[in-house]
Formats: sequence, structure tokens, C-alpha cells
Amino acid sequence: MSPIAFLEGLLSWMPESILTITIIVIKILAIMLPLMAAVAYTTLVERKVIGYMQLRIGPNRVGPKGLLQPIADALKLMCKEFIIPTGSSRFLFLLAPVLALGPALAAWAVIPFGSEMVLADINAGLLYVLALTSLGVYGIIIAGWASNSKYAFLGAMRSAAQIVSYEIAMGFSLVGVLVAAGSLNLGDIIEAQRGSLGILNWFWLPLLPLFFIYFISGVAETNRAPFDVSEGESEIVAGFHVEYAGMAFALFFLAEYANMILISALTAVLFMGGWLSPVSWVPDGIHWFFAKTGFFLFLFLWFRATFPRYRYDQIMRLGWKIFLPITIVWVMVVAAMVVWKIPPWFSS
Amino acid sequence: MEVFLHYLKSFTLWELFKGLSLTGRRFIDKKVTIQYPEEKTPQSPRFRGLHALRRYPNGEERCIACKLCEAVCPALAITIESEVRDDGTRRTSKYEIDLTKCIFCGFCEESCPVDSIVETRHFEYHGEKRGDLLMTKEKLLANAERFEEQIAADRESESRYR
Repeated sequence: MSPIAFLEGLLSWMPESILTITIIVIKILAIMLPLMAAVAYTTLVERKVIGYMQLRIGPNRVGPKGLLQPIADALKLMCKEFIIPTGSSRFLFLLAPVLALGPALAAWAVIPFGSEMVLADINAGLLYVLALTSLGVYGIIIAGWASNSKYAFLGAMRSAAQIVSYEIAMGFSLVGVLVAAGSLNLGDIIEAQRGSLGILNWFWLPLLPLFFIYFISGVAETNRAPFDVSEGESEIVAGFHVEYAGMAFALFFLAEYANMILISALTAVLFMGGWLSPVSWVPDGIHWFFAKTGFFLFLFLWFRATFPRYRYDQIMRLGWKIFLPITIVWVMVVAAMVVWKIPPWFSS
Repeated sequence: MEVFLHYLKSFTLWELFKGLSLTGRRFIDKKVTIQYPEEKTPQSPRFRGLHALRRYPNGEERCIACKLCEAVCPALAITIESEVRDDGTRRTSKYEIDLTKCIFCGFCEESCPVDSIVETRHFEYHGEKRGDLLMTKEKLLANAERFEEQIAADRESESRYR
């Protein structure tokens, strides 16, 4: 008996309409709470991984092996005073962190965790995800604008230009996936990657350039190193969130890490077969989805520990002059492969 | 050919993978962190820490108030006043080192003709008020009493280089 059916049996005394809503809310909580925990512990893992790559051992004093560090950090931020700068636009200043975090969480509604495990099985899932990930930029722009500070403003401007540029390359990569799978539904996209060859049937192989470009654009979308010019702590202090303190500051961090996890999950779903098993004799399942997401999340940290920050004009050049032409060319290649039914991916 | 190689390198992300492999190797290497209060780095016998003003084994102060250390001190951290004692010898009536000025260069120790002012290996001390870091003669003599064994052993082991 599935957990959902069990819950429905447990709550069957409720009227039909309330029951549906209750079930949805429970599902949302079942996604949100582990996600929040994952975000908190991603910060710890990040500090540990970067420490290890610099031959250090990272935080290990709070709790056993430093495992309570994120909780200590959260408590510290909650206890801090929340400052609203005098020259700022109060309403927008408070709205910005919410706008940054909201889309990062809402996009999880369409992510399929397993073959039946998806909150909203909608047909325009890919479009919905693309729309919501681009919405995150408004939080950053508004934060930079409302702060009334030149560093915050510079960070916001850089971020806006960067995200808009990479959105296009990202969109074209998704067009490639869409052409290959023939569907906008994320569950169908995963099903389209199923095949007897396991890992070789997944879209990363026929769509290899798009796969790389999608992930790199994802890193740029989330403003992570080496594309972190909007934060650029050595140039413009902390960029768009320089005027924020306490919980509002923490919300920006939650948004950044939630976005990282989201991009990792999307890469796993679109190119690495989501919950499909890499070899045919091992059963599929949600653990494969988590393993793949974890791998891409680790790549984010690995990149940050390795690459120096791109200069602003280099970012623009990479986005417009390199990624965009490659994606357009490869979308055509994918279309040709689909039309001529190139095996093993498009034979059916 | 060169152009071709350049493009090949760019499009295969060759240098990025090289960078990633470096950090990847460091990720599994042995870590060099020393967890300070529990673990400590090895110390040289010539370590320059907290100062001490030594005595001879018979209890007599070594310092003869020659003021060489005061003269050589680049930070002007040492203040000495001297007077003639009843037995006709010259001794210090005041010997102070201001540790807030001291730069721990070790010149005082080097200049001392009688091995009186020395720097010990002790470095884990603090002052809660500014005065706490003004080492008076009493404090310096007490330091010597506290660390005499270590001081003597270090002078002995380094004697052939001095």
C-alpha cells in the first residue's frame, strides 16, 4: 500500500474537498521540509568540501564532526537585528528575499522523484520550470535596487544581464531535450530515456553539448562561482545583498542553495534519466534520483573550489558568442537525429 | 594546426578538466590542519616567547644593568633604572618590558653579556588590562623561576652555536 493511499484511508473521515487539500499540503510538506534540511546541510557540505580541496578539514567544532554547524548558523542569523537602510524602499526591500526564495521552492512541484512520485504531473512541466527559474532574477534586481547602495545596484545590474543572457542558452538546451523527448512533461522526458542500454540510453550522450551547456548555464543562473560577479565579494563586497542582515540575508542564502539543488535535480531529470537505473539489472528508484542530484550538487562545490571568477565581459562573450551558436547548431543536429530515427536513442 | 589545437582544447574543456583533477586529487589527500588546543606544532629551542629575567644558581640576579638590551631594543620597549647596591655592585632598581611594544625580535637576548634577559618558549598568555602586559622586574624574575629548567636546557642544547 502506498503512503498516499494509507494517508487517504487514515483521513477518510474528512469531507472530500478538505481531504484533497490536506493531502496536497502534506505532500508539499514532505517535499519542503527535507528540501530545507538539504539546503541547510548543503552549506555545511560546501564548507567541508572546499576545505578538503584546500587541504583543510573544515568546520568540526559544533556538535560531532561539525554536524550542528548549520543549526548554529541559522540560530545566529535569527538572533541578529534586522536592519532596513534609511534610504531604501521599505516594501521592495522586504519583498526581494521572498521573491528570490519563492520560485526556487515552487519549481519543485513538477520534479518527478519516482515513477509515481510527483506533486503536480502537468504537461507543461518543462515550461513551468523554465519560467520559475527565470523569475528568481527579480528578487536579485529588486534587492539591488531597493537597497539604494551602489554596490548592491552594481551587483543587481550584473546579475540581471548575466541571467538574461544565460537564460537563452539554457532555453535552447531545453529545446533540444524537448525535441528529443517529444514532450514537455518531465515524467515523459524520463520515460523517453528508458532503454535496454541503461546509462547509454540517457539524453546526455546524444545531447552532450547541450548537457554541458545546460549545466554551465545553470551554474551561471544560480550566480555561483565562477559566474558569481553579482556577489563578487572581492570587488563589490557582497553585491546585491550587501545591505541585508539577519533572516532576510539568510533567505537569500536559502534561495541560492535551493536553486543549486533545483538545477542539479533538473540536470538529473533532463539528461541523466532521473530515477532510472544506469544498468538494466538494478531496479529503478528514487535513490537514483538522489544520487544523481547529489553528484551534480557536488560538481557545483567542486567548480567553486577550482575556478577563478570570470570577468564580466568574458561571461557575456561565453554566453552570447559561444553557447548560443552551439546550442542552435545542436538543436538542429538533434532534430535531424529524431527525423532519421538514429538508434539507439530515437529508433522508436 | 595551432588554431585547430586551440579550438580542440577549448571545446573539450581541456584546461578546466585539468584544474578539476588537481582539486579532485587534493580532495582525497591527507589534510594538514593542526587542531590547535589539542595538537601543537613542534617548537624550536630558539623560540622567542615571553621574556624572563634569570638568576644565578646561588640566587643572585644575573642582570648587571649594563643597559645593552635597552639600547638595542628597536621598539624601545625596555626601560631600565639602576643604582649601586650596599655591597658596591651595580644592579637594576627597575627593569620593565612593555609587551604591547615588544616585537619579539630577540635582540635583547642576543645582546645580553650575562644571559640574564631571555625569551622563553611560553607564548600562551594574555592580559585583561593594558597593565597586565607591562612586565615588571618582579614578573620577569617570576617567569624565570617558572621556566628555569626549560631555559637552561635550551641554552645548553644551543650552546655550540652561540
